[in-house]
Amino acid sequence: MSEVSTGPTSGSRRDWPLWEVFVRSRRGLSHVHVGSLHAPDAAMALRNARDVYTRRQEGVSLWVVPAAAITASSPDEKDSFFEPAADKIYRHPTFYEVPEGVEHL
Amino acid sequence: MNTDAHARYVLALADDALVAAQRLGEWIASAPELEEDVALANIGLDLLGQARALLTHAGQVEGRGRDEDALAYFRDERDFLNVQLVERENGDFAVTVARLLLLSTYLHELWSALRSSTDPTLAAIAAKAVKEADYHVDHARMWVLRLGDGTEESHRRMQAGLDAEWPYSDELFDDSHIDPALVEAGVAVDPALLREAWRMRVAAVASEATLALTDVPPAVTGGRRGVHTEQMGYLLAEMQHLARSHPGATW
Repeated sequence: MSEVSTGPTSGSRRDWPLWEVFVRSRRGLSHVHVGSLHAPDAAMALRNARDVYTRRQEGVSLWVVPAAAITASSPDEKDSFFEPAADKIYRHPTFYEVPEGVEHL
Repeated sequence: MNTDAHARYVLALADDALVAAQRLGEWIASAPELEEDVALANIGLDLLGQARALLTHAGQVEGRGRDEDALAYFRDERDFLNVQLVERENGDFAVTVARLLLLSTYLHELWSALRSSTDPTLAAIAAKAVKEADYHVDHARMWVLRLGDGTEESHRRMQAGLDAEWPYSDELFDDSHIDPALVEAGVAVDPALLREAWRMRVAAVASEATLALTDVPPAVTGGRRGVHTEQMGYLLAEMQHLARSHPGATW
């Protein structure tokens, strides 16, 4: 990590950009979104994330991402995005008999 | 070895941490951003944790039955041995950041050295505290760099903060309260030995932040002898009044 890394430009405190925070709680698990915070730049965002989201040993690794860098699906598009999957039950592997004794499928 | 001198040494370490924690706590809900409230509170709580362990240990070394609460809440101002640096009013955020840099860098050097203290309890406290201090230095440094090398106004205020706190850093290296026998026995660390490394680290941060270390003479202090500034009384009144008004209260 660079010392004074270039994040979104910082100005007055009102202009501090928003960062999304992802925490990996244990080795082997994925980073999971836990929330967001304001910080003047990436290095400070990482430190703020450490203080705000990992005070109680919640994590072993942190990511911070400028919220502006995330492209999100729109609630208006919910139907066209997700609805069509609802009646396609053949996409779920529910037609197999699970052999006895197989624990991790 | 002189038990009183030993207890007094540990007590001075405890009081630095306790009073610094109390001051940092004042920033909660007043820092420039909510995130900074949490960061300063975390640092304050680290210091409070160190203070509790040290006070408990000081009470045990002293052997007069005083526990951490007795030492924190039922001593008067003249019995506190902290440096005046930690009791001074917070001032603006840059003053707090400057003080945090000077204090944490010193504490990091101190705890690093005390890890090999021949007092096993002190060595154990130091081993934990050194990691906490490492983060405190980092936090202070991040802000000194940003404010010092930021806008014209932030530079001006960061330099003013450093100028205000610098004269009080001299007292960190006062060894008048340390019995030389303690240093000889490997219990205590002679703070004078930490000075050069401390100065180099602080100077490196200041220079990177385009700040100057002022050439002002040290402040006249006396915290290690129990002589404090006017602000100390107010700090203690706030810290102690609940415990004194309701002795033994729990919640």
